[in-house]
Amino acid sequence: MRYLALLRATRITSPPPPGLMEAIMQLGEEATAAGALLDTGGLAPSAEGARMQVSAGKLSVTDGPFAETKETISYALYEVRAKEEAVEWTSRFMQLHRDLWEGWEGEGEVLRVYGPEDFAPQS
Amino acid sequence: MTATDPDQATDPGQATDPDQATGRDQATGPDRVAGSGQAGDPDGATRRTIEAVWRIESARIIAGLARLVQDVGLAEELAQDALVVALEQWPRAGVPPNPGGWLVSTAKHRAIDLLRRRTTYQRKLRELGREIESRSEPTDPDLAAVLDDGQIDDDLLRLVFTACHPVLPTEGRVALTLRLLGGLRTDEIARAFLVPESTVGQRITRAKRTLAAKRVPFELPARTELADRLASVFEVIYLVFNEGYSATTGDDWMRPTLCAEALRLGRILARLMPQQAEVHGLLALMEIQASRIRARTGPSGEPILLPDQDRRLWDRLLIRRGLEALDRAEALGIGPYTLQAAIAACHARARSADQTDWVRIAALYRVLVHVSPSPIVELNRAVAVGMASGPADGLEIVDELADEPVLASYPLLPAVRGDLLGRLGRYDEARQEFERAAELTRNARERKLFLDRAAEAAAAAAGAGRHSRAGNNTTPGSIDSASGRTRVVDPTAG
Repeated sequence: MRYLALLRATRITSPPPPGLMEAIMQLGEEATAAGALLDTGGLAPSAEGARMQVSAGKLSVTDGPFAETKETISYALYEVRAKEEAVEWTSRFMQLHRDLWEGWEGEGEVLRVYGPEDFAPQS
Repeated sequence: MTATDPDQATDPGQATDPDQATGRDQATGPDRVAGSGQAGDPDGATRRTIEAVWRIESARIIAGLARLVQDVGLAEELAQDALVVALEQWPRAGVPPNPGGWLVSTAKHRAIDLLRRRTTYQRKLRELGREIESRSEPTDPDLAAVLDDGQIDDDLLRLVFTACHPVLPTEGRVALTLRLLGGLRTDEIARAFLVPESTVGQRITRAKRTLAAKRVPFELPARTELADRLASVFEVIYLVFNEGYSATTGDDWMRPTLCAEALRLGRILARLMPQQAEVHGLLALMEIQASRIRARTGPSGEPILLPDQDRRLWDRLLIRRGLEALDRAEALGIGPYTLQAAIAACHARARSADQTDWVRIAALYRVLVHVSPSPIVELNRAVAVGMASGPADGLEIVDELADEPVLASYPLLPAVRGDLLGRLGRYDEARQEFERAAELTRNARERKLFLDRAAEAAAAAAGAGRHSRAGNNTTPGSIDSASGRTRVVDPTAG
């Protein structure tokens, strides 16, 4: 099963500490070596993005930044056997922020991506 | 889960294990399961979390312990004991913030206790003047360091090579690998292979016993035997993959999991042995083949052949990963898996079936025939040549295979022949070949497919020269490999 993990920062009071990136890389290496991490990436602030909307029959495009303070800062794509494994990897990722970045707050989200098993014939 | 010693689950010494006490953060522990699990609810969220952590950590834990105690069976039992302690404690106390480290240190203490008891026991025996055989016992600092990260990759590799050791029968290797490296339970393995749970249990027990009886050392193979040992590892992983991949009936939900498990093992192995070309070749082959899973069956489970697949359903991420793995493999050397992956990559790169580079595929098959000769590879080459330079050239190769004993009852031989004959306008002969293929196959869906092709050929024969689908289809199905043991899915067949 494939899961997309999204991480959002809700409160940042200081620049990222020097050890954090290294710890993140180390964890990513572990998840890759465990055969679980398929893909990962960091996301630029929404100021560099845009948002599309269809409403009342009209398509509109709005450039960032967007009003809310939560910024999606990274994603990771896991291939695991159960949701709890994706939750575990993402928890470890967030734990690193908690342990190494004073005052940082944020939220993670794990979403299942449909895979071949969801298209299996009914028998 | 079975623990060897249920009493150890409630060992009071564990509750005050200093490593655990310092590792646990009461403030954050319960938070990890808040909202989904109840404390003291072992069947709920906490239990699933424990199982997830187990799947992530178990192979590393078992591998580290096996180096310590020099016995994979015993190592697994010790690791299982740690799992039982977690199942006992975490629902009450909450999941520790470093659950993997918690399991490692718990398992480590179990092993150290065991070795101390053994050492004491052996000293007593020695004092009694008995002659006993004993290897040098590790010292305490060794014990403490044994599960530290430095050597864990080597330990994992040792575990891979031990679980796939050639002294074990193939089915024992498969069961032991899924158990020790995949963290699968016996019932999960049984369901995946459609055999009784007791059978899998026996295979695992017997495999462990064989390893102990034959005194298979827990070590990396010597360079001289590395190639053979690697071949054994690859065979196991690809067998697991094909067991999942060739199940087109879709009545067993575990089978896609087998593909995923084989892919996971392949990914782990590629990290452990980055300098081995064929590790990347095997991984590339599996990634690319897995990319087609969604497209290769229709709504009612019928197989959809490669030329007819909706390529928009192919998994682009897996293709990308497969092509990257293939690049790494080709940079290091060329072996049979890499060649098969290169063939699969030709299909993956073609945006539609008629853009397939059949000339390149035929050339790759020619190399594969040299590297890994077998009548079945040759038959695949005939298909490719038939596409690259015309059905007459393909038929020439097939006709030379007619007397191969290996192919005597092999349905794809007449099927390929029928296909080539149909494309040459020899519809009556084509019909006969497809009928023969239908007789030979033991797969109901494949039989229907061959009978349909026979009917098309018959219609074409009657309508003499009218365009027929019988003339432009390539050959289906999964095939058996050169070794006759590993089932290999023909990369040209989808």
